[in-house]
Amino acid sequence: MTVSPRTRDIHHVDIGTARLIVAPGGAAAALPETGIGSTERRLDGDDKVTGRAAYAGEEMPPGTLHGVLVTSPVAKGRIVAIGTDAALAADGVVRVIVPDDMPALAAPSVPPVAQSFVPMSDTSIRYEGQPVAIVLAETLEQAEHGAALVDLRIEAETPTVFETAETVTPRTEGNGYILGALDPARGDAEAAMRDAAATVDAVYVAPTRHHNMMEPSATLAEWRGGALHMHDSTQWTYGVRYALSGLLSMEPGDIHVRCPFTGGGFGAKGYVWPHQILAPLAARLAGRPVKIALSRAQCYTGSGYQPVVRSRVALGADADGRLTAIRHDTENVTSTADDYVEFGNAGTRSLYPAPNLSLTTRIRRADVGTPTAMRAPHEGPGMFALESAMDELSYALDMDPLALRLANYAETDPANGKPFSSNRLRDAYAEGARRFGWDARPRRVRARREGPRLIGSGMASAIMSTFRFPASARVCLTRDGAIRVEAGAQEIGTGTRTIFPQIAAERLGIAADGIEMVLGRTDLPETGGTFGSSSTISVGSAVADAADALRARIEGLADGTLPPREAWPALLRENGTGELVGEGGFSLPGDAPFDAHGGAGEHSMHTWGAVFVEMAVDEALGLARMRRCVACYSAGRILNPVTARSQMIGGIIWGYGRAMLEKSAMDPRSARYLSKNLSGVHLPVNADIPQEIDVSFIEEHDPHASAIGVRGIGELGEVGVAAAIANAVYHATGRRVRDLPITFGDLVG
Amino acid sequence: MENFTYARADSPEAAIRAAADGAVFAAGTTELVNWMRLGIVAPPALTDISGLDLAAIALADDGATLTVGALATLNAVGTAPPVRTHAPALAEAALKAASPQLRNRATLGGNVLQRTRCPYFRAEAAGEGRMPWPCNKRVAGSGCVAREAPFDRAALFGWTDDCVATQPSDPVVALAALDAVARVQGPDGIREVAMRDFHLDQQEGGAATETRLAPGEMILGYRIPVDAAARGSAYLKVRERESYEYAMVSAAVCLDHADGTIRALRIALGSVAQKPWRLPQTEAALAGAALDEETVQAAMDAALRDARPLPGQGWKPRLAANAATRAVMMAGGIVR
Ligand SMILES: Cc1cc2nc3c(=O)[nH]c(=O)nc-3n(C[C@H](O)[C@H](O)[C@H](O)COP(=O)(O)OP(=O)(O)OC[C@H]3O[C@@H](n4cnc5c(N)ncnc54)[C@H](O)[C@@H]3O)c2cc1C
Ligand code: SF4
Repeated sequence: MTVSPRTRDIHHVDIGTARLIVAPGGAAAALPETGIGSTERRLDGDDKVTGRAAYAGEEMPPGTLHGVLVTSPVAKGRIVAIGTDAALAADGVVRVIVPDDMPALAAPSVPPVAQSFVPMSDTSIRYEGQPVAIVLAETLEQAEHGAALVDLRIEAETPTVFETAETVTPRTEGNGYILGALDPARGDAEAAMRDAAATVDAVYVAPTRHHNMMEPSATLAEWRGGALHMHDSTQWTYGVRYALSGLLSMEPGDIHVRCPFTGGGFGAKGYVWPHQILAPLAARLAGRPVKIALSRAQCYTGSGYQPVVRSRVALGADADGRLTAIRHDTENVTSTADDYVEFGNAGTRSLYPAPNLSLTTRIRRADVGTPTAMRAPHEGPGMFALESAMDELSYALDMDPLALRLANYAETDPANGKPFSSNRLRDAYAEGARRFGWDARPRRVRARREGPRLIGSGMASAIMSTFRFPASARVCLTRDGAIRVEAGAQEIGTGTRTIFPQIAAERLGIAADGIEMVLGRTDLPETGGTFGSSSTISVGSAVADAADALRARIEGLADGTLPPREAWPALLRENGTGELVGEGGFSLPGDAPFDAHGGAGEHSMHTWGAVFVEMAVDEALGLARMRRCVACYSAGRILNPVTARSQMIGGIIWGYGRAMLEKSAMDPRSARYLSKNLSGVHLPVNADIPQEIDVSFIEEHDPHASAIGVRGIGELGEVGVAAAIANAVYHATGRRVRDLPITFGDLVG
Repeated sequence: MENFTYARADSPEAAIRAAADGAVFAAGTTELVNWMRLGIVAPPALTDISGLDLAAIALADDGATLTVGALATLNAVGTAPPVRTHAPALAEAALKAASPQLRNRATLGGNVLQRTRCPYFRAEAAGEGRMPWPCNKRVAGSGCVAREAPFDRAALFGWTDDCVATQPSDPVVALAALDAVARVQGPDGIREVAMRDFHLDQQEGGAATETRLAPGEMILGYRIPVDAAARGSAYLKVRERESYEYAMVSAAVCLDHADGTIRALRIALGSVAQKPWRLPQTEAALAGAALDEETVQAAMDAALRDARPLPGQGWKPRLAANAATRAVMMAGGIVR
């Protein structure tokens, strides 16, 4: 008997949704049966786990050539010559493209292009792994073999890395990576530090890490006449269009990008990387469609990374624990081409009020590729530093770490004095502490031992900027009575194919199951990228608006009242109407193309959380393991508690990786990553993660951030976790680790 | 990856003849294909031995010898009742290696021939002149970059300036502690090699020669003498990730004890040298000693005094001594 995937219940896992949403006063909120707030399962789950969902690397139009990038083995130098004879003589190799073959390109606009240096546009080598040639062949194996036969003559120079580079101030003019002021300051932090009852001052390092998404980036480029069609693994279809339209001097409308599913991105597919530029150029030169799929190794140099952030944090407090001064200086590595800035002190600006503040943001230019945003950018690496320093301060004051946070609670945004659009962090602290049992924690370090293990607990606050984009969407009632939601947005694994139908369903008063969701194409209504935790806020608001418009049109046909769902097809027939369409949109204050934490509006917008962790440390064996984690969040309205919970669990595991495992180590002499595979780069596995990860959200409706009460959640879950873990390790052992990840050398005793 | 020919061997002799002509044995191919893709080897021909009748696991009738065929997979070794009962350290070592998927393919013959995880050695560099750094195992005479690098998996024992790599296998550590013997066949017939001598450290074999297996020799299987210490054996693997990860250090212990006294003890440390590192003096010193943590720890600390950690890895001898101590306590049932 064959069992069809539909009949097997692959979804039924009891995850205990009780108390997932916590109402004011601490009671569990009742979850609705359908629509927004219900535990709707993933509508695209079957397609994904059965392989029906088609990813970019899987499409193969007739005549497609496989392109394999030949990359530079050195980080700095100049290409002297490229010998292609042996490669061209190999079976199946059709063409080898070298820098001389490349057409002149217009200057890239960064972003959406990720780096301003386009490889192969000249003979310079600026980072290891940079593409220097492309081998096109009939099969992937033939192209890989051909790539190994290309003879590279390179004049190499000694590269600079983070450790050897100079600290400089980033360019602000014409730099698309500047998201805020570099050096905000108020009062006199130095003087206040001198007068403080307690101070801490230390350096914290969050190392370079890679996205390690499940699906390596892949691009299929095909020219049809003057028009370019791409099936691209991306987080931003419209970004690909704009990037290429600029570089190739083409009309945006002649570039069609599709991406029905993206196999994870975490930021690596947000902007446009060299392979996405080179594939269409190769296709044009070859006169055939070209597919370039990065190998796993090429993912380490081909689509960015989160740069190392070195933070110096100094805090001063009065005897009651109130912060009198905050200093947070950050530096990150970047390429020689772009001043990418990781705003490691972004969270420090808005989390705790202090009358005296001194922040600086610096970079070090090295012979490496341009970094990019990675879950969670800015606050992720930066909050490890601030929240570790707060923990150190709590010991200096002999004060409970949570009490120290509460003594420094911000009622309005310390960065600008604006009221928050909505903020329930105080409730999140209380609920998290209650669920964790924080009150029972001994204040002393090394106070609890179980056999060979020391047990400790730690906590940290989480804060994440709210990013928003304008968006548009369409909701249609088809002639046969079906509902279709259309938006250019992407599905990168976060659940947009479930959430958007849920939003439309609620507005139309119908069930979400059965609603068709069409997304991931540039011929659909324009939206921003699926990054910055911005999709649900922005696209979700546009979908709600479009559904409202459709509802009004249906009501218009039916004398002003909404008839029952079953009557809709007949209503269309009676009125002789074809498809009914509702168009909707979401725009920002001042019609901005993008804003962060509320932009020009009257409210400051952030998401918050409180993370509590228990660690067991076996000092003899240098091992620390997480035993449980409780995290409670204030993140606006939660549209689907199940997909939201899974986002947060993913974020917590991501944070565990930051704390305990992940570091993309670089060999300093060659400026090359030591390991470019998932065996040499450690990501958490299931066996590392305890079952007891308790996630909850404070019930909330943000009236200002979006039309549907939500803010973003995707990145928030990662923030604060590493600090909570390091703080718990300190509580267990008295060992303070300021340089991540925490390894044997930090713990063995 | 270079083109190669592929043929199935129908007998060990046929495979050995093919090997004499330059073919390479292919068993589970979990290592071999990686090497080929990374540019570490480029064999012109593979002779697939996976169909040969060499996967049996059995306890001899007299109960004194356990035999394990070279083609037994790690999952088969780890779950076979005779191994679990008579050589639990080997079962644990097999099950703590790699991932379930890999263990279904990976054979115990191929496992002991896996090569170091030194990331410099594992650089993906297919094509002439693409090696980004010196590595004597990749390009003879080019040098050893790991010697000077901030790399925390270097050997503590037996290394030279030419190479500081370790042998990362889990099962070899158990096999060495168990006094297992490999049966190997070459063009001139069958011989036996003790597993504690099978691998060579750099002081014995330089950077290039890693085992006493002659080119073209095939491992047929292993013979494990079963005694009380083997039945009371344990394996401890210390690693930063709880699964699917090589050991930072490991320890296999065969222990026979009664009334709180050690009767017989054999210890091998893993991932601290290019071969499993037996501690013969410690074994002798602890025979007859009290089975308590303090006594054992003192002996292990003494054993690790000879370790030569590279700069920045001064914590590693302590970790190795602690791991060995804990493994003895585990074998003695004193800690879990
Ligand atoms: C991602 C990953 C993680 C891993 N983690 C671990 C780990 O944690 N612990 C651990 O111990 N191992 C680990 N391994 C290694 C794995 O156990 C070995 O790759 C495997 O055991 C090799 O067996 P095979 O049959 O696949 O060998 P093959 O790849 O087929 O062969 C490897 C080598 O042995 C030779 N060979 C094979 N069989 C014989 C024979 N009978 N006689 C003579 N020569 C032979 C081949 O010619 C080749 O040179 C890991 C491997 C991978 C890829
Ligand atoms: S330690 Fe050995 S394998 Fe590693 S780089 Fe040096 S020579 Fe190569």
